[in-house]
Amino acid sequence: MTVETSPILSIVTFLPLLGALFIAFLPATPGGDRNARHTALYTTIFTFAISLLIWINFDTRTPDFQFVEDVAWIGPFRYKMGVDGISMLFVILTTFLMPLCILASWESVTKRVKEYMIAFLVLETLMIGVFCALDLMLFYLFFEAGLIPMFLIIGVWGGNRRVYASFKFFLYTLLGSVLMLLAMFAMATTAGTTDIPTLIQVGSTKFSPDMQWWLWLAFFASFAVKMPMWPVHTWLPDAHVEAPTAGSVILAGILLKMGGYGFLRFSLPMFPAASMDLAPFVFTLSVIAIVYTSLVALAQQDIKKLIAYSSVAHMGFVTMGIFTFQQQGIDGAIFQMLSHGIVSAALFLCVGIVYDRMHTREIAAYGGLADRMPVYAAVFMVFTMANVGLPGTSGFVGEFLTLLSAFKANTWVAFFATTGVILSAAYALYLYRRVVFGALEKPSLKAIADMNSREIAIMAPLVILTILLGFYPALLLDVMAVSVKQLVMNFETALAQSTAAVAQ
Amino acid sequence: MQILLSYAPAYPEMLLAVGAMVLLMIGAFSDDNAHTGAFVSWLAVALMLAAGGLILMQPEGTQHPFEQAFVVDQFARFMKLLILGGSAVAMILSFDFLRNKGLLKFEYPILLMLATIGMMMMVSANDLISLYLGLELQSLSLYVLASFQRENVRSSEAGLKYFVLGALSSGMLLYGASLVYGFAGTTGFSEIANVAKVQSGAANIGLIVGLVFMLVGLAFKISAVPFHMWTPDVYQGAPTPVTALFAAAPKLAAMGLLMRVLGGACPGLEQQWQQVIWFIAIASMLLGAFAAIGQTNIKRLMAYSSIGHVGFALVGLAAGTQEGAQGVLVYLLIYLVMTLGTFACILAMRRGDEMIEDIDQLAGLAQNNLMMAFILGMLMFSLAGIPPLAGFWAKVYVFWPAVQAGLYPLAVIGVIASVIGAYYYLRIVKIMFFDEPREKFVPISANLGFVMGAALIFIFAFALPQLGGPIIDAASAAAKSLRL
Repeated sequence: MTVETSPILSIVTFLPLLGALFIAFLPATPGGDRNARHTALYTTIFTFAISLLIWINFDTRTPDFQFVEDVAWIGPFRYKMGVDGISMLFVILTTFLMPLCILASWESVTKRVKEYMIAFLVLETLMIGVFCALDLMLFYLFFEAGLIPMFLIIGVWGGNRRVYASFKFFLYTLLGSVLMLLAMFAMATTAGTTDIPTLIQVGSTKFSPDMQWWLWLAFFASFAVKMPMWPVHTWLPDAHVEAPTAGSVILAGILLKMGGYGFLRFSLPMFPAASMDLAPFVFTLSVIAIVYTSLVALAQQDIKKLIAYSSVAHMGFVTMGIFTFQQQGIDGAIFQMLSHGIVSAALFLCVGIVYDRMHTREIAAYGGLADRMPVYAAVFMVFTMANVGLPGTSGFVGEFLTLLSAFKANTWVAFFATTGVILSAAYALYLYRRVVFGALEKPSLKAIADMNSREIAIMAPLVILTILLGFYPALLLDVMAVSVKQLVMNFETALAQSTAAVAQ
Repeated sequence: MQILLSYAPAYPEMLLAVGAMVLLMIGAFSDDNAHTGAFVSWLAVALMLAAGGLILMQPEGTQHPFEQAFVVDQFARFMKLLILGGSAVAMILSFDFLRNKGLLKFEYPILLMLATIGMMMMVSANDLISLYLGLELQSLSLYVLASFQRENVRSSEAGLKYFVLGALSSGMLLYGASLVYGFAGTTGFSEIANVAKVQSGAANIGLIVGLVFMLVGLAFKISAVPFHMWTPDVYQGAPTPVTALFAAAPKLAAMGLLMRVLGGACPGLEQQWQQVIWFIAIASMLLGAFAAIGQTNIKRLMAYSSIGHVGFALVGLAAGTQEGAQGVLVYLLIYLVMTLGTFACILAMRRGDEMIEDIDQLAGLAQNNLMMAFILGMLMFSLAGIPPLAGFWAKVYVFWPAVQAGLYPLAVIGVIASVIGAYYYLRIVKIMFFDEPREKFVPISANLGFVMGAALIFIFAFALPQLGGPIIDAASAAAKSLRL
């Protein structure tokens, strides 16, 4: 049996679930906590290793879905899995970040360790499933089920206002998603299938322009909340701030990407006419998000909140890039999502490192860390620069491509979005200065220890990737190129068809 | 002999009826103690399972025994299996509670069996007379069960309230039935359908007014808004295992009866009854969602939750299509399992001899008894309709037909109500998982543990084609035979 014919996507998807079940049956002794940690770590590392097989065997010359599995499921729905150049990288991103999350929780999570590890492994299964699912109902199932473990992670292991944050997170996302569910029913009724590849092919012809509008808006309700776009982003700072470090990493690293992925998988190919009509609307929201949330970030007193707002701003570049409908813009958007997945995850881990030592996220409580923590200062610097979008870091490539493409689509959009780049430099450098530089005056910081070997092990791969992708973005861009090209071509053909239909 | 054979479709009911009388004799001529009660109760469970077996052995196809007064089709068989399952599980849930309160007497299982026979007659009714007989047999037994804990004021109050309001609703139903009879000239559903089907049927005001009165009576029984007022009080006051029964089997039977009346007797009047169902569906979903938020008593909360769920099930019925009917059946089955599982958890909330009903007392259950907290938590997520749990599939199968039928406002209001409803289910999860632990509950008994475990497995395994697939196929066949 070769990799191509084996159900490798199902294996990667459900392996973490298997690990979770195993942990569930471990005895609850003090040693049980240690066993739970190790089981979770080995499961996630093993899953990552297998997921690399997907990448190695992935054919970058075809835009088709690969490693497809298709069996009958309940009623008219099918259990269909598969990846293309757009979704494959998100699968890898997920499996890559998970071991780091487990490691990051190694010492900071001390209560109810077993449940914590189970929640994370279940969450990993659901997140991978979202990117692999090729049936509407299967996608929705994975998309929505992730709320349960995330609700528990924020609510049980979160900070002081965790109850408020977890409810807000859950209800906000649920409200967006149920409207999408209704839209899926309408699509299945009209097109007679829930198969995503088929819908990508025929969606634009089966759905009338009026219907596309409604469907687009319903999907937008879900993806905009997940993304999150201004003005429905307010759940994100709360959820981020209250979630435990690893929870924030998963939120910023992967859950936010589901919105962007959804736009690329559903909105653009299935409702091209509505996407075209509503692009100015998305541009407006994106630009407001970039400028407004950057300004808000400047005023934050809480490190995590600042990074959370900066995430919203960065996601603004993503939506802007996607709705330019050009290869460059979409390439840039996907690259930005992947890069942000690494950089923001790393930034939250950086916050986690000092939080574990000081138990405060107030910026004012820090200062002069460079004296006592030189390694930490260097690592934090790399990610601050990547967050700013400095050339040579992965953050630059995505921002540059999306801005370039936006400039071609609409100069004013590019103009305002570029001010966001300046603002991001302002808030990121300002944060860095207040935390790391200056004199080490606070007595509580006098004895703070630098990163230990476990923390360095977490950070090292992230630093390497950030710089590697900054200099060699083709590593990712080549993988997605053909699929994105196909997406853009299909979009243009569909648009031409519907314009012709209107002209007649 | 020939006559006996022609009664074959009604054997399950006959088995239960004869069995109930035999059990009554056993009870009456044995010592009046808990031992007899337990013995009779287990015999009752066995008889219900045997009746279920008889139903499974019946040939497919539709029979009309008793001069067309009775109909046994796939729909009736599907509903009867659910009713028997619901009653049997409600009986199993009752043991610990009744023994604890010194109420484990032989009358309890016999009343439960009589109510079950009534419910089975309701879903098999093909005539206004048999409809009423089944309904009253069920209701009268349930009135007594509600006040079974007779030294308890609340229980007596619940029984009395249920009786007075139930009698009122029966009166309305009877009045509606008499109007239908007066304007259709017959009590048989098939003949009424013939009258309703002709072109002038829709113009037959008397028939429509009669139908609306019957709908009022039935809305009472399924506790749909605006005829839901009795539900919270009765649910709270009745002994908890009786509440579990109320929330499960009788609701299903009344729903089945409603579908039978609308689908079997009123084809051609869809335009008229759809408006009514549309309204009570929306009203039930919204009231169920909003009114439950402020509740502190878990039985009262489940009452409002059940009102909301009736609203969701009615969404499928409002679609007026065969897919919609199938969705209602799937919904009822999943609702039945979730409700019984939840009540098993509620019955496990006990400290010493005292039953706990206050939601706040669940605080920190995850740290005292993780398994129970996990099961109740997953049941809450399932009731809220979060995938991949069974409650999500229930919603899929009612909302999809509604979208197919073009009922977009109903569907949108419905899903928004489900988001609002998610809040109070989440609150229970929050109390169990996020809050600091309180005193422990007594260990869970084997009966309750069995029901809880089975419910947990069901809500997870429904997403597997091996379980969900056959259930949906069976519901589809049942909906087909209803010719909605």
